[in-house]
Amino acid sequence: MGCGRVGAMVARTLWEEGHQVVVLDADPESLRHLPEELQQEAIVGDGTLEEDLRNGDIENTDAFVAVSTGDTANILAAQMARHVFQVNNVICRIDDTARYKIYTELGLKAVSSTQLLSNLILQAVHS
Amino acid sequence: MYIIVVGAGKVGYHLSKALLKSQHEVFIIERSARKCEAIREELGSMAFVGDGCEESVLREAGTARADVVISVTGNDEDNLVACQIAKHRFHVPRTISLINNPNNEKLFVELGIDVCVSSTDIILSHIEEELPAHSLVHFMAIRGSNREVVGIRIPPDAAVVGQVLGEVSIPGDSLISFILKRDGTLVVPDSEAVLGSEDEVVAITTEEGEEALREALTGVA
Repeated sequence: MGCGRVGAMVARTLWEEGHQVVVLDADPESLRHLPEELQQEAIVGDGTLEEDLRNGDIENTDAFVAVSTGDTANILAAQMARHVFQVNNVICRIDDTARYKIYTELGLKAVSSTQLLSNLILQAVHS
Repeated sequence: MYIIVVGAGKVGYHLSKALLKSQHEVFIIERSARKCEAIREELGSMAFVGDGCEESVLREAGTARADVVISVTGNDEDNLVACQIAKHRFHVPRTISLINNPNNEKLFVELGIDVCVSSTDIILSHIEEELPAHSLVHFMAIRGSNREVVGIRIPPDAAVVGQVLGEVSIPGDSLISFILKRDGTLVVPDSEAVLGSEDEVVAITTEEGEEALREALTGVA
């Protein structure tokens, strides 16, 4: 869910590894980041809506990745994937570091680009 | 009580005014500076500009000592996150979320939101009550289960009119709780209770079972 730069790259990489990937984004324009084959499979829709997730066959998915730029939308979608659709492997992007900490404590597998990027920059500064 | 309201749209504004009137201490968190300013002008310095989904904003609003946090923005995802942070970071005893998309209610309850208020469901149940053709009204969902409380009005032409409850086959996943007779008396049902035209039967059932229950009580002979 979320086909910005991050979402498109994650999708492309997984696809190149041989996985079946369905991309979901509310903005059809955003799908241009994807390779042709993935564009055809992609769904224009809202990842916080159960019916749109169902269109992506979420009931049979092995992993769900919520990486839109909206923290709260990712958080809702990720918890929906886990609790409503029982997806085992759910990854949620949460850029706000305080929120990232809270949801990590709550057991969500979260990734914060703010946290990652600043760590890398700090490492570079210190090296 | 100290009550924090997230979102100062129409619901948040009128809700806050009502809560103030009943002597509660109310504080509003609102993203839009313009809306915030309007509230400060009318109600005093009880609102500030901020994102109620951020821990630091909630902290600044004194969420740690809040008795209730009510999130009433137009976005379910924001309402969810505001309530979850209030609950887990600040241990607010009661979190209440407005639900814009009725499909989200079950999930929000499962995720620990104490009270979910679904605007669509409320409007729908009022409309159902007003429509004579709609014999089944949803009163509430029961927390932590897939059960719900419904009311079914028995139409004059139903097969069950004049029968005792023991003769009516009630689907297994439904339980009749009480019968409100047409004259206003309440009957706790046993197998001898007689069903009459225009009686309101209040029952506990499931989403899947409600149609069978409705059919059992309203089906025409």
